[in-house]
Amino acid sequence: MNDVIHSSGSTGTIHAAGVSIKDLRKAYGSNEVLKGISLDVAPGEVVCLIGPSGSGKSTLLRCVNLLEQPNQGSIQVGGFEATDPDVDIDRMRRKVGMVFQQFNLFPHLDAKRNCSIAQTKVLKRSQAEADKVSMHNLERVGLGHLADRYPDQLSGGQQQRVAIARALSMEPELMLFDEPTSALDPETVGDVLSVMRNLAKEGMTMLVVTHEMGFAREVADRVVFMDGGVVVEEGVAEQVIGAPTQPRTKEFLRRVLDPTHIEIEE
Amino acid sequence: MAMTARQRARVSLYVQAGIFVVAIIALILATDWETIGNSVFNFAKIGPMFPDIFATGLVNTLIYTFLGFIVGLSGGLLLALMKLSSFPLYRWIATGYIEFFRGIPALLVFIAFGYGVPLAFGVSWNVTVIVMISLGMVASAYIAETLRAGLQAVPKGQMEAARSLGMPQWRAMVTIVIPQAFKIVLPPLTNEIILLTKDSSLIYVLGLTASQYELTKFGRDGISSLGAGLTPLLVAGAFYLVITIPLSLLARKFESRSARTKR
Repeated sequence: MNDVIHSSGSTGTIHAAGVSIKDLRKAYGSNEVLKGISLDVAPGEVVCLIGPSGSGKSTLLRCVNLLEQPNQGSIQVGGFEATDPDVDIDRMRRKVGMVFQQFNLFPHLDAKRNCSIAQTKVLKRSQAEADKVSMHNLERVGLGHLADRYPDQLSGGQQQRVAIARALSMEPELMLFDEPTSALDPETVGDVLSVMRNLAKEGMTMLVVTHEMGFAREVADRVVFMDGGVVVEEGVAEQVIGAPTQPRTKEFLRRVLDPTHIEIEE
Repeated sequence: MAMTARQRARVSLYVQAGIFVVAIIALILATDWETIGNSVFNFAKIGPMFPDIFATGLVNTLIYTFLGFIVGLSGGLLLALMKLSSFPLYRWIATGYIEFFRGIPALLVFIAFGYGVPLAFGVSWNVTVIVMISLGMVASAYIAETLRAGLQAVPKGQMEAARSLGMPQWRAMVTIVIPQAFKIVLPPLTNEIILLTKDSSLIYVLGLTASQYELTKFGRDGISSLGAGLTPLLVAGAFYLVITIPLSLLARKFESRSARTKR
């Protein structure tokens, strides 16, 4: 696979990294959460993981940057063999940005410091340089004017955008999103999704766990439907969401797209 | 006759107030005021305690407490990290230490290090060293538990976010987790200093020279030399309150501040 290099406006270039997951298994005790997942994400591609809660999609995402240790199988991220016990995990994680459902901003640091702390401590950038990168990314998510606010002075949507700017400040080649809008008030969801949409347009490789079907349909190159720890169906967004072939996918989408729908026929 | 809820509440208040008034009257009548005046509130005779109880006693209590706290904080941090270590032996050692020193009276530790250890090993330690070790070792056990609880009170997502930005474990601990834990443990740590201030009085079991006297020792000496009954102890107690009440207020302030914001 060739490294696709996309232009990303004033930041210069994003060097996109792909992901290759083969026969991944993960169990907590006797509870098998991932039952042999294989999934490829090409550089520059946006893949959305959908499925009911407990289907293993978040666990799969967290395995990619080793917040969860897989029991079996292999994961390649960019040039890194994530499942190699000798992998330099910290070096690998610098290339992989992660956005959490609960934001996980550092509450004792203001928005700008949230973005710069890892730059200075991990990438060894000077404070001035790190601040410049932080400000650039805060402006990118539309929050340049709130750079000196602390997390508890920001709304949920603003916090999540700061969290995205924080991840982007490390100049990652892959971004992981773990239900980024699930903890948000409905009126702030749109701002976060539009930041993600722009990121996708700029050519960032993205793996997104989401319940936002509209977003998945519009932005994702590919949609993967998971249930019970396996991939049930995958394909282009239009097909999986618009015209699913598997009964489980149909059932899930009917519930998600029309939650007030009441089953009448037996 | 049935009463409304409001009437019942009023009757309850009257009954409680009535019991209080009766108890106070009984206490006043039963008290031998002359004896109390001579042996507890006999402030006319305590002049000789000053200014030494202030210049020596209060200062020494503060010094002993401070030294004990510094040793306790360092030891406590070490023990807390040991208790959270991935190496089981460290966890067992830390748990054993903490349970042991929290389970025995501090007085025993003072006697052990004041008399037992110097005798057994043929060494002679200066009082300051004994206080540092005894008070510090007891404080370590309590502070370790406080710090461990503080570190674990920082949400797991903080460590995960730091690690996913490429920070190694130790870096995430130092830059992200410990600063937040520090704010959480500030109130209980302040309470720990209050306990230490009081425990520093146990030093009376050691033989002290005049310049090493702390508040309690002044109080005890005053009882036997001034003929003012318990009054000198009352004075010593007042000096302890001068230290502990501001600390207590400080702890409360820390608490309300961290309740208001996580910064």
